[in-house]
Amino acid sequence: MARPFATQPAHRRPAATKLRGARGLAGWLFVIPALAFYAVFVLRPIALTFQYSMYEWNGIGPSTWVGVANYGKVFTDPDLFNSLINAFELIVFFSVIPVVLGLAIAATIRRIAASRLALVARTVLFLPQVIPLVAAGIAWSWLLASTGVINQLLRLVGLGGVTRAWLGDFATALPAVGMIGAWVLLGLCTLLLLAGMSKIDPALYEAARLDGAGAWREFASITVPSLRQEIAVCVTVTVTAALASFDIIYIATQGGPGNTTMVPGLQIFYLAFFERQVGTASALAVVLMVLVIACALPIQWFAKDANR
Amino acid sequence: MARHVPPGRAGVALVIAMGTLAAACAAPGNNSPQPAAGGTATSSVSAAPTCGSAPITMNGYFETGFPIAKALTTEFTKQHPNVTWNIREDQFAVITQNAPRVLADNPPDLMRLPQVSELVKDNLLKNLDGYAQAFGWDKWPASQLEQLRLGPGGRPRGEGSLYALGLNFSITGVFYNKKLAAQIGMAAPPTTLAELDQALGKAKSAGITPILQFNGGATGGLAFPLQNLMASYGPTGPINDWIFQKPGATIDTPSNLQAAQHLERWIKAGYFQKDVNAVDYATMMSRFIDGQGLFMFNGDWESGNLDKQMPGNVGFSLMPPVQQGGKYTAMSAPLAFGIAANAKNADCAAFFLNWVATDKRAREIGVEVGGSHPMGPADAYMPAVASDKVTAGTLAAGADVAKDDGAMDFIANATGAIYAKSWTPGLQKLVAGQETAQELLKTVQADYAGQLEGN
Repeated sequence: MARPFATQPAHRRPAATKLRGARGLAGWLFVIPALAFYAVFVLRPIALTFQYSMYEWNGIGPSTWVGVANYGKVFTDPDLFNSLINAFELIVFFSVIPVVLGLAIAATIRRIAASRLALVARTVLFLPQVIPLVAAGIAWSWLLASTGVINQLLRLVGLGGVTRAWLGDFATALPAVGMIGAWVLLGLCTLLLLAGMSKIDPALYEAARLDGAGAWREFASITVPSLRQEIAVCVTVTVTAALASFDIIYIATQGGPGNTTMVPGLQIFYLAFFERQVGTASALAVVLMVLVIACALPIQWFAKDANR
Repeated sequence: MARHVPPGRAGVALVIAMGTLAAACAAPGNNSPQPAAGGTATSSVSAAPTCGSAPITMNGYFETGFPIAKALTTEFTKQHPNVTWNIREDQFAVITQNAPRVLADNPPDLMRLPQVSELVKDNLLKNLDGYAQAFGWDKWPASQLEQLRLGPGGRPRGEGSLYALGLNFSITGVFYNKKLAAQIGMAAPPTTLAELDQALGKAKSAGITPILQFNGGATGGLAFPLQNLMASYGPTGPINDWIFQKPGATIDTPSNLQAAQHLERWIKAGYFQKDVNAVDYATMMSRFIDGQGLFMFNGDWESGNLDKQMPGNVGFSLMPPVQQGGKYTAMSAPLAFGIAANAKNADCAAFFLNWVATDKRAREIGVEVGGSHPMGPADAYMPAVASDKVTAGTLAAGADVAKDDGAMDFIANATGAIYAKSWTPGLQKLVAGQETAQELLKTVQADYAGQLEGN
C-alpha cells in the first residue's frame, strides 16, 4: 500500500522506514501460522455457521435458502427462547455467587496469608477448576441424588422434609446445576482476586488504618476499587461460562426435567445432531455469540473506565 | 491495556476474514453423497452372494454394551477365516448423532442403525431387496422385516423396500422380582390390567416400591408403561401407523387417552419412585437388581444380565390386556443393522446378515449372548434354554406375541427427535403434575405434525 511521501511524518528517515518495513514483514511471518490457524479454525467456522443459519439444511441433503426465517424461529419458538432465558438465570449462579463469595474468601485468605491454612484453602478452592467438568457433573449428580450425601446431611439435621431429587425436581433443577457451576467457578474467581490483592500497595491499608478505618471500610474503599480489573475479568469469564454452558448440564440433567434446565448450548447440540436442523441450530448459535459479546463488551468498557 | 490497531493491519485481517467467508459461500449440502451406480436402485443379485475366499476386511460400526454383534463376528471369522473385522463401537446416542455423516463420509460395511427414515431419505443406506430375494428373506415371517421396510424417500415406514436387517428381535414387557412378588402373595404374573393394578396397590401398602422405572435427563422411560397401556386399551395397528408416519395417523386417540390417564393415576398413587424424574436407565437397573422394587418395564436385552445378577429371582410377563383372554401385545423391534449405500463389501455384509439368521451356532449366540429371539424362518432351529431362566420367559413371550400378531414398534422411534424433544419432557411434566394426560398427547401430536411438515 504506497502512500504519498508527504503524508510520512517529517521526522522519520527513509532508512528507518525501510528497516521498519522489513521488521514488519518479519513480524507478519511470525504471525502467519497462528493467524492461519485462527482463520481456519475460528473465523471460518463462524462464517460457515452464519451462512448455515440462512438455510434449511439437514446436514447431508440439499439445502434451501430461507433468509432470516431461522432467526425468527429462535425468538418465537418457546422452547428455543426459554433456553435463552435459562442461560440468563444461570448468570446468577455462575457469575454473581462466585464473584461475591470469591471477594469475601479472598479478603479472608489475604488476612491469614502467612499461615498454612491459607495455602490449604487456596488449593481446596482451586481444585474444582482442575477437575474435568464431566467428572464434576457426574460427582455432583450423585451428591444431589435422592439418596445422595446432600439429602443424607439434610436428614441428619432434621430437614428430611425438604429432601428431594434436586436434579429431577422442576423447581430445583436449574438452581442445582447453577450451584455446580458456582462450585466450579468459585476457585477461579478467588485465585484471580487473591492475585490482584497481592498487588495492592500495603501502604494504602496502613494509611487507612491510621485514619481509623475498620476492616469493612478497608475492604470497601481500598480492596474492591483496586480490584476493578480483576473483577471485570472474573465477571467476563463467568458470564460467558453461564451463557455458553453445556458440559455440566449435559452430564447432570441433559436439559431435563421437562426442559427446565435447557440452555442454548445444549439446544444447539440437540437441534444439529438429533433433529438435524442445522440451519436453526446455527441461527441459535449466532444469537448466542452475539449475546455473549453484548454482555462481555460493556464489562470491558467498565474495566477500561476504571483505568483513567 | 487498550491496544490501538492501525487501520492498515485491521484491513489485512478483514481481507483474511472475508477470504474465509468467501471460501464458505457455496450453499451447504451440495456435496451430498451420490450412491455408487446401483446403490439405491435395487441391488440386483442373480445368485446369493458370498464373502469369496480372498482376504477381506469388513468395517463395522457397532453399539457399545451389546456384545452380541462382536460375538457373532468372532464366530463368523472362525467359520470364514478370510474375513477379518475392523470394528468401531459407540454408545447408541453417539451413533444416532453420527449416523448420517459416518454413512456419507466413511461408509461402514455393516452398521448398527438408529431411526432409519431420514437415512433412507438421504440415500445413505443400501436397498436390500435384491439380497432379500437372493437369500429368501422375503419368506420369513413378515413381521420381522416390517419395521425395516420404507417407502420411497423414507416415508411411510412399514412397507416398501428393505433397508436393514436385525441380528435378532427384542421384546419388551414387565420384569418382576419373584421374592417381592411372594411377599404380596402374587403367585403368578397378572393376567388382566385390573390384576396388575391390584398387585401395584398391594405392593404400595406393603411398603414396596411398585414400579422401578427411569424418567430422568433426556430419556423418558415412562414411555414403556405408557405404550404398554396404550396397547392394553386399544389395538396396536393405529399405534404402528403413527410410528410408521402413515398419512393421517394420530397418537391423540380416545383409547390412548385412557392409557395416558391410567398412567397418570399410577403416578398420583405413588406407584413410581418419588425421584423417578432424576433416575436414569443405569440407576433403574441397579435398583431393580438390588431388589428395591417389584416391577420394571423393560426389554429382553436385559434377560441374560438379570439371569446372571439375580438368578432364579426374576420373572417376565407381557403387559396384561384389559379383558381376560384379550390379545397379548409388546413393543418389539429388530436389533437393526444396515449396509452403507457406498459400502465396499456390501455382498459380504449381506452374506453375514443371512448367516446370523440361519447358522446354527449363530442362532445359539443370538439367544445366549443377545437374550432375544433370532431372526429367520419360523421353523428354524431354536436353541434350548433352561426353563427357570428369565430368558426362557422372554422367548416364550415372543412366541405369544407372534401368535396374537401383537408386535409394535416403539413410540419413541416415530421421528428422530420425538423421544428427546417431546415424549421425555412431556412425561416428566406428567410426573411433576405440570401437564395432564390429555395435554401430553396433544403436545406430542402437534410436535409430530410439525416435524413431518419440516421433513
